[in-house]
Amino acid sequence: MADEKDREETAVAEFHKKIKEAFEVFDHESNNTVDVREIGTIIRSLGCCPSEGELHDLIAELEEEEPTGYIRFEKFLPVMTEILLERRYRPIPEDVLLRAFEVLDTAKRGFLTKDELIKYMTEEGEPFSQEEMEEMLSAAIDPESNSINYKDYISMMVIDEN
Amino acid sequence: MGCNTSSTRIKNSQTSLRAVLIIQNWFRGYRARLKARQQYALTIFQSIEYADEQDQIQLCNFFTFMLENYKHIRKEEIELSQLTESKLDMMDKQDYVDLIDVPDSYQGPRLQFPLTCADIDLLLEAFKGKQILHARYVLEVLFETKKLLKQMPNFTQIQTSPSKEVTVCGDLHGKLDDLFLIFYKNGLPSGSNPYVFNGDFVDRGRNSMEVLMILCVSFLVYPNDLHLNRGNHEDYMMNLRKNKTYSISYLQIHGKKILQTLEELYTWLPIGTIIDNEILVVHGGISETTDLNLLHRLERNKMKSVLMPPKEINKDYNTDSKHSKLGVTISAHGRIKASGLSSEHLPKHEWEQVIDILWSDPRGKKGCFPNTGRGGGCYFGPDITSKILNKFQLKMIIRSHECKPEGYEICHGGKVVTIFSASNYYEEDSNRGAYVKLCSGTNPRFFQYQVTDATCFQPLHQRVSTMENSAIKILRERMISRKSDLIHAFQHQDRRKSGKLPVSQWAFCMESILGLNLPWRSLSSNLVIIDQNGNVEYMSSFRNIHIEKPIKEANSALVETLYRYRSDLEIIFNAIDTDHSGLISMEEFHAMWKLFSSHYNLHIDNSQVNKIANMMDLNRDGSIDFTEFLKAFYVVHKYETMVKPEATNLAEQHK
Repeated sequence: MADEKDREETAVAEFHKKIKEAFEVFDHESNNTVDVREIGTIIRSLGCCPSEGELHDLIAELEEEEPTGYIRFEKFLPVMTEILLERRYRPIPEDVLLRAFEVLDTAKRGFLTKDELIKYMTEEGEPFSQEEMEEMLSAAIDPESNSINYKDYISMMVIDEN
Repeated sequence: MGCNTSSTRIKNSQTSLRAVLIIQNWFRGYRARLKARQQYALTIFQSIEYADEQDQIQLCNFFTFMLENYKHIRKEEIELSQLTESKLDMMDKQDYVDLIDVPDSYQGPRLQFPLTCADIDLLLEAFKGKQILHARYVLEVLFETKKLLKQMPNFTQIQTSPSKEVTVCGDLHGKLDDLFLIFYKNGLPSGSNPYVFNGDFVDRGRNSMEVLMILCVSFLVYPNDLHLNRGNHEDYMMNLRKNKTYSISYLQIHGKKILQTLEELYTWLPIGTIIDNEILVVHGGISETTDLNLLHRLERNKMKSVLMPPKEINKDYNTDSKHSKLGVTISAHGRIKASGLSSEHLPKHEWEQVIDILWSDPRGKKGCFPNTGRGGGCYFGPDITSKILNKFQLKMIIRSHECKPEGYEICHGGKVVTIFSASNYYEEDSNRGAYVKLCSGTNPRFFQYQVTDATCFQPLHQRVSTMENSAIKILRERMISRKSDLIHAFQHQDRRKSGKLPVSQWAFCMESILGLNLPWRSLSSNLVIIDQNGNVEYMSSFRNIHIEKPIKEANSALVETLYRYRSDLEIIFNAIDTDHSGLISMEEFHAMWKLFSSHYNLHIDNSQVNKIANMMDLNRDGSIDFTEFLKAFYVVHKYETMVKPEATNLAEQHK
């Protein structure tokens, strides 16, 4: 019993350090605050994958009564620790991602055309910004066929992350 | 039938919506992690840059020690070289420069004095064509610039108007392409297009001399409209790693005279600029004690170098927690002599004022603290900014000194602007460059740019990879230079001698030994192998990387030490090398090494060092080319493959 409590305390301490590290990298002023626009990046860099909607809610929780445009570490730490402890917003496994592409590839060709991809990503779900769309295209699209072979794309991204 | 189809349709669209959401979610997570990796890489570059600057400043202490112990060895030689020195010193510009002939075969640009804007164009074209300016012209430009700078006050005053905006540029650090880009976008300097270049024109980039020449020539043509402020790198001691600062092609002939003149020129650069009586432009920043009235009055040319603090009459070592300890003076010509005669150097409190201006950084935290990152100047908060601006009836400070991803940054509620003009400073794509245009009555306008290369058209993940690999590489080189200390620390924590440590203990060791405040946990997967339980195999960092040994028998500890201190040694050797020949005598080398190792408490077998040094004396004439000596210690990176934990060969024993 005591052992387990110890282990949990150590886990929490470790999470705290990890969260602090990730936060500090974006704390450009060294005053324990980060720009609210970087919170999504920080949370995701810690391995979590909230949707845009979930992120929006989180930011609302983290902001001051009167939003200043900055998030303070004191507020961020407990919220983020709980997210990590509860293992919320788990990342998407590779096979689920592959199946998602396959669903969109109704004709089962093994690829999506550039136009199809743009249409899906910018018109449905939580639409991409222009910047996000351009970045995905620059890495994913094969310029000769003007299409994305999603299986290759996924493999490439997975390798890059590791 | 109809209901079925529509419910199928709805189901399909729901499935496809879920699929789209999955892909978007995944991509955003991936993209965010890329941005985080990019930021980590930048943090690594910056930490190491500042740590290196700090190391250099610490040399101050060594120079004190050296003077006290070195004098008796070199006394005769010092006196001898003093004689030869003074003869050359006596030769003033005209005599010296007139002695240099420019051969007919010289294909490079020929400047015509007095200079005109045609010479600016000529020089720009020549440098674009990668030509070298002949030493005669280099010297003439430097002499003339120095002469003219002497007439400038410590702070130049500028007035703007709607038809005459002033453009302020930040650090260029020898990056010629950025200067070309600025002139292309914003026009050449002229009577109606004034510029302020806010220090750090040289050092780090490949074309320090070219950048300096263009700026000096422009200054000579438009002395009232091209303003040069001194930066912390316009300091001859900061540039004693001269093979890294000025390209060898400029120093091959008349290198000594060029460097001497440069050293003096730097001291004559104005400390700052004041625009429209309300904007202060200085390289670093301010401190809570900044006194502009004092700064206006002091004799700025007596500020030789940050590494040469003035000696107090009554040796008071405890008063300044802010600045490096008191030390020795090493004169502009490399002579080591007794600590500064008061007539040649600034009094201590004035010296500190200038250091603050050249080295400080703004921070969000209120108050004024020693700048522990750099080892000089301070960190100043928004309250300090307000106080000083109010005291001297100013509205804003424009400064440089720090690389910013967007090329510029505004802080302290709009009262402090950082402007940095060297794009891709750390690595391809690390940051943009920027300049700011000012006109009284209107808001400052910022312009950003980036010197493009083919890599800029690569997708984001490749650009991030490049930067990350570069950052990790220099971090690993840092680690290997402290290998013994790191292993010692790891083993101390590893009671069970398992070769493994929990990440937190590994991170603790890394931070305390390397002295770098980095996100170690996030970086761990790049630096070391981690097993399934999350434990670090701490020896794995040292596997695919080693320091090349100049001779087989040299022991690893020695090699590591020499590699680690090579920058310091280079500076020290250059300081001793009074005739800038690149050679020092074996005797000097031995004496120097002995002093160095005793001062830094290095437990090194001196006979081994001597053996290596002897090897470097290739023509047996008793002198060593120390550049070659130091080049002999470099890091070799083997092809890096991080083996996955499952595949680890369990039989592999760590040494």
